[in-house]
Amino acid sequence: MEHIEKFRNPDYIKALVLQIHTVSKKIKKEVKLMEVCGTHTMAIARWGIRKMLPENVSLISGPGCPVCVTPNQFIDTAIEISKLGNVKIATFGDMYRVPSGKKSLEKQSANGAVVDIVYSPLDALKIAEKNPEKKIVFLAVGFETTSPLTAKVILYARNRKLKNFFVLSGHKLIPPAMVALVKDKTHHIDGFLCPGHVSAIIGSEPYRVFPNNYGVPCVISGFEVCDILQSILMLLEMICGKRKLSVEIQYTRCVLRYGNTVAQKIIAEVFNVVDVDWRGIGMIEQSGLAINRKFTEFDAFSNFKLDVKISSEAKSCICGQILKGLKTPLDCKLYRRLCTPESPIGPCMVSSEGTCAAYYNYER
Amino acid sequence: MCLAIPMKIMKKKGNTAVVSLGGVERTIDVSLVKGIKTGDYVIVHAGFAIQKLNKKEARETLKLFDKMKYGTYRKIQKS
Ligand code: SF4
Repeated sequence: MEHIEKFRNPDYIKALVLQIHTVSKKIKKEVKLMEVCGTHTMAIARWGIRKMLPENVSLISGPGCPVCVTPNQFIDTAIEISKLGNVKIATFGDMYRVPSGKKSLEKQSANGAVVDIVYSPLDALKIAEKNPEKKIVFLAVGFETTSPLTAKVILYARNRKLKNFFVLSGHKLIPPAMVALVKDKTHHIDGFLCPGHVSAIIGSEPYRVFPNNYGVPCVISGFEVCDILQSILMLLEMICGKRKLSVEIQYTRCVLRYGNTVAQKIIAEVFNVVDVDWRGIGMIEQSGLAINRKFTEFDAFSNFKLDVKISSEAKSCICGQILKGLKTPLDCKLYRRLCTPESPIGPCMVSSEGTCAAYYNYER
Repeated sequence: MCLAIPMKIMKKKGNTAVVSLGGVERTIDVSLVKGIKTGDYVIVHAGFAIQKLNKKEARETLKLFDKMKYGTYRKIQKS
């Protein structure tokens, strides 16, 4: 977009940072703002936003990286499926490397499993159409940004009468995870920087519970440096009482109050909302998407009968606490010494959106 | 993985469209967004358009930044 450079204009950055410092002086306490989107985590690290902020304002990363919050059970199931004959796994690249105990799909493919890395769920569908004799299993992970894509592809598969296309759904919903975090009394969150592209789908209404029931303000933010700074400023203004405590949209060029209703409709058609496990957080009620009974023929969970043993978490990896915003990678003994993007020990180091990888790449 | 980027619609045909960013062209699915036209910018995620970009809103945000910038200059000049 022609405007993108303007959202990185150094004069705007200076003006925004100055305003942030002015407003923060009115707040006589430590303020903790949480971002719940891996792309925000990456942008904050890349632009050095932490260093621009006043001492009493800190940014903490939440469970915003879909690959990172996917529990071992999902990866173990995918690995078991990959061992069956005549199966081809299609997955996003990040999932391929995530370790589950001593295993990973990458290691499994060295042992003969067939794994294709895809950019889009549409690619997985194409592979199924080209290989009618093989069973193609797409590992569907991601938040509300990604689940409508999976839903659409399942609808395409039904229209095209495919019999060899299956989806292992690990899709998750962001607002229920945020609720679990604000209810957790072990830490305090003063404001949420809400994910721009998740919100492009769900709109701003689902966040209303945070200001209304928990007194926590929300701003839906874009991804350029000025977007994030403006969102932080808006949150601080709400915290100091200059603005009403509410849900505001900073990323107005992309997010509508009611979101993308076409996408919402097909999510509701193909999936049911269910209780699921999140790495680090545990079970969260009504926070995941399972394939609806009407589409069972495409559901990998019901079409492959497996006996899955769940791997234990890597010892000393503190990903779980990092995902809750309780610790940072700097608190991990393995960080940079034994755990690096080249040989990751936990999922937060595998995905470029993971907090450990973002720290490793940018915050030296 | 969640990455989504703005791209320009060059050509649209049924449920698919050719989009471009910095000279790189790609074919994407546009069935999830209503009323897309050639010349529009869309947010593309994993092969699909997930929302249209509103140029007017983008300009409004930039206008606000401009105002802030001048406000800051005045403050600095005064002190
Ligand atoms: S640095 Fe590695 S081992 Fe430590 S928490 Fe992050 S992913 Fe886990």
